[in-house]
Amino acid sequence: MKNSWLNISVTHPKIVLMLGITLIVASALGAKNLYFRGDYKVFFEDDNPQRMAFEHMQNTFSKNENVSIIIAPKSGNVFTKETLTLIQEMTEQAWQTPMSIRVDSLTNFQHTWAEDDDLVVDDLVLEPVNISEDEINRVKHIALNEPNLVGRMVSEKGHVSIVNIIINLPDGDQTEEVFVITEFVKEMTNTFKNQYPNHDFYHTGMVIMNNAFADSAKQDASTLIPLMFLAILVIMWLLLRTFVGTVATLFVIIASILSTMGLAGWFGFFLSTASVNVPTIVMTLAVADCIHVISSMMFSMSQGKDKREALLYSIHLNKKPILITSLTTAIGFLTLNFSEVPILADLGNLTAIGVVFACVFSLSILPAMIVLLPLNKVKAQNRHIGATEKFGEWVISHHNKLLPISLVVTLLAIGFSFKNHLNDIATDYFDDTTEFRQSTNFQEQNLSGMTSIDFAINSNIDSGINIPEVLIIVEQFSEWLRAQPEVDHVSTIADTYKRLNKNMNKDDMAFYKLPDDRELAAQYLLMYEFSLPYGLDLTNQLDLNKSATRIMTVVKNLGSKELTGLESRARTWFDDNVDDYSLIVASPNLMFAHIGEANMESMLKGSVVALILISILLVFALRSWRMGIISLLPNLLPACIGFGIWGLYSAEVNLGLSIVLSMTLGIIVDDTVHFLTKYGHARGLGQNAKSSVRFAFASVGKALWVTTLVLAAGFSVLTLSPFAVNSEMGLLTSIIIVVALVVDFLFLPAFLIAFDRKKNENAPVLS
Amino acid sequence: MTNLKSRCCQLLMVLSLVLLLDFNVYAQTAEEKGLEIAKERKARDVGWGDSSADVSMILRNAQGQEVERKMRIKSLEVIGDGDKGLTIFDQPLDVKGAAFLSFSHTNEPDDQWIYLPKRKRVTRIRSKNKSGPFMGSEFAYEDMSSFEIEKFAFKFLREERFDGQACFVVEQIPLDKNSGYTKQVVWLDKKHYRVLKIESYDRKKSLLKELVMEEYELYLNKYWRPLRMEMFNEQNGKSTELVTHNLEFGVGLGKGDFDEARLKNVK
Repeated sequence: MKNSWLNISVTHPKIVLMLGITLIVASALGAKNLYFRGDYKVFFEDDNPQRMAFEHMQNTFSKNENVSIIIAPKSGNVFTKETLTLIQEMTEQAWQTPMSIRVDSLTNFQHTWAEDDDLVVDDLVLEPVNISEDEINRVKHIALNEPNLVGRMVSEKGHVSIVNIIINLPDGDQTEEVFVITEFVKEMTNTFKNQYPNHDFYHTGMVIMNNAFADSAKQDASTLIPLMFLAILVIMWLLLRTFVGTVATLFVIIASILSTMGLAGWFGFFLSTASVNVPTIVMTLAVADCIHVISSMMFSMSQGKDKREALLYSIHLNKKPILITSLTTAIGFLTLNFSEVPILADLGNLTAIGVVFACVFSLSILPAMIVLLPLNKVKAQNRHIGATEKFGEWVISHHNKLLPISLVVTLLAIGFSFKNHLNDIATDYFDDTTEFRQSTNFQEQNLSGMTSIDFAINSNIDSGINIPEVLIIVEQFSEWLRAQPEVDHVSTIADTYKRLNKNMNKDDMAFYKLPDDRELAAQYLLMYEFSLPYGLDLTNQLDLNKSATRIMTVVKNLGSKELTGLESRARTWFDDNVDDYSLIVASPNLMFAHIGEANMESMLKGSVVALILISILLVFALRSWRMGIISLLPNLLPACIGFGIWGLYSAEVNLGLSIVLSMTLGIIVDDTVHFLTKYGHARGLGQNAKSSVRFAFASVGKALWVTTLVLAAGFSVLTLSPFAVNSEMGLLTSIIIVVALVVDFLFLPAFLIAFDRKKNENAPVLS
Repeated sequence: MTNLKSRCCQLLMVLSLVLLLDFNVYAQTAEEKGLEIAKERKARDVGWGDSSADVSMILRNAQGQEVERKMRIKSLEVIGDGDKGLTIFDQPLDVKGAAFLSFSHTNEPDDQWIYLPKRKRVTRIRSKNKSGPFMGSEFAYEDMSSFEIEKFAFKFLREERFDGQACFVVEQIPLDKNSGYTKQVVWLDKKHYRVLKIESYDRKKSLLKELVMEEYELYLNKYWRPLRMEMFNEQNGKSTELVTHNLEFGVGLGKGDFDEARLKNVK
């Protein structure tokens, strides 16, 4: 046996362990720098065009990220003394919300009317405690006919109402603020729940969504990671039945995770809804390495070798495959850097680091620990090998049928994969068990969507909004938006002008129209501004010099295609009808709608790069152009078939799934590498394709299905996440990993037997 | 021994004398001292009669864009109640000639009228709102109305130097429930009782705005007026600068100049 420097882990285990532990501790110390970011902006680059448009709009007007408290009286009617009192008290209380800048509700809506020559401006509901039946009816009549209220602050049926709190979130990391705000609001609502037991309350809005991101990540970290440990313990015990091996593997796993997360801290990474699952993924990949080392060692021991000899044999046999498969896996994950979503790139980079650690530790610390720990003698285990070999024989004898069947299945799958379509709905990332999703569902069924799109029309003229032509465009555009089936509510300054015009003409409905003179419009506005209270001014609709106005819409919770479709229809309308003025369209929901598409596009590029890099690596590893090219098929088919199955199962592709292609490529390549290495080895010894396949089944068959089982189990754990980006990514990855094994066991042998007929001159040797 | 005793007695007598002399100072609560300072502030500003000024208002947003508004402000002192104010707008041009008349009151909603030249009619605005923004600026209407003792509860906080001057720092809590503020902290220089800085806190008691007054000038040998006031909104990053030009006192304004019936004729 050649003397590899890796052998020192067997010859000098204590030194290796000490060095290893020093390295681990040094890395792990970096974990103190780790922090968690739960806000939605981590999904976007700083220069993401939709994000920039949104932030520009937030700075031009006022910020409008919000918390909405939905109030649903069991009586089914918000226009009662009790509910109106509740709404008014809650409105008052809501001003105490940290970082709040504005509170809107049914009761504090600034109602204006004419009395003689006076303009009266006051809260719609003044003293609900003493309100009379007549007064309630008057309020109801006004509210259900007020375009600013109906469909947004109160449902058309008058059965639910909203208190909307606008929050001025700081730029950058908002996690702490979001948490504090959410806690405050929930506590406030609980107080009201006790005081008004006949009402149900729900929380929605961007701030609550941010908090839901953080919550789901915390839940992932606290449930999935322990679950994963349990799964690994069970699998290790069932497959290897060695206590020492299991303990040593656990140590390697923990060491890999600690070092990875520690290094992440040193490098200044933060944790997010995506990267919080790095430990789970690293764990999965590390186990696969360990299994290879331990099972080879056990095999050698079962043939009568002693522990040290068996370990040396195992290291000798596995160092290259583990190195190569780790490299390919790392490449696959590194191509996540093509993603438009920074936290998905983080996920890729951190996992790649973890894969390297796992590779190093499984070849150093793992054997060193096994040397130092007492290990029982191993009896020969032939049962599994026999089963795998029998299966190999079956494949060999049926290869004539298997090939066409695989082809048909592949073609069908490719057909079904076209059913897939991109769909990123931020609210739908959360499954129905989450409180947030239940709230948005309730809101959607009873009042409106939680999605918003803001449209800013800029006249580029100082005070230009008052110009009749501009106002007419604002009105027409608002009416066009109202006519769209996706739109639930439109807030527009046009309505305010019309109402003021009516008020200034003795509330005559004939004057409920735009003022037809620039000066008149400007003067109405001047007057109106003098009458508005703190927090309820017009800065959310008008910019500094009144040259631009923001029209705010509430839209049904649409898929990304529908949302961007609405956006482009709006742009088309504007281009067709307006020449001189500009339109900006922005919102967080629109940011998500666009990122799905942009990300898929760049991830496809990333996958192609991954495929090229990995194939080149395989050509070198297998030392054969032919084998490298043959490997393309089993490397590509699993993803095709996997996405075909997805097309049948759900057909909706979100951010999480866009990274599956390059991620799985790096992982499933391992199977091919192992199988083709052994196959090539036998071919090099002059055997024909059939007996080489037989050899490959016999030598790596078991290891392959064992690692597949581990990997599939590991990624399946992610499916338990309440966050769809993670759970669907886990599910599809598991599917593809299983399909990859099926391809390597059924299609690849059949293909080799059918086409690899020529005599092999350049024998590929792996070691 | 007796010597020592008598010395102790002497010392005690001196000490009690000192305490007695300073009794007023030590017994005064922070609230009383705050009120005393506020009264002195008001006292030094009584009797100015009437004034007239040209004012530029420069509004800036968080991105640094700015826009200028111009107006003339006429004021009439009212002893025992809030002052009367008349604002005539010159810029932007589409509101030129509009005039806003207000009688501020200490314990009830202000009376407000507006004359819109395009409509050629005076409208009375009936709202309880003193806290809204003045012309879309960071100044609330209540920031611009006259200082009256009855509007606040005071509390002396401390003395400190600000802008190179020895100052009193006094807290004032608005008594009007329609005020947009829960608390204001005021820095006044000890020499002239001029307000140098005001921090205003919103309903949730977080810092909302900071008002800095600069370029004080002495008028009629008695009255100090800042020619430059800058209001910073600490929450949204916007600010407004109010620059006074041509401030004149004793220009002969009387009650009749602040009459809503004559608002139309204001030029």
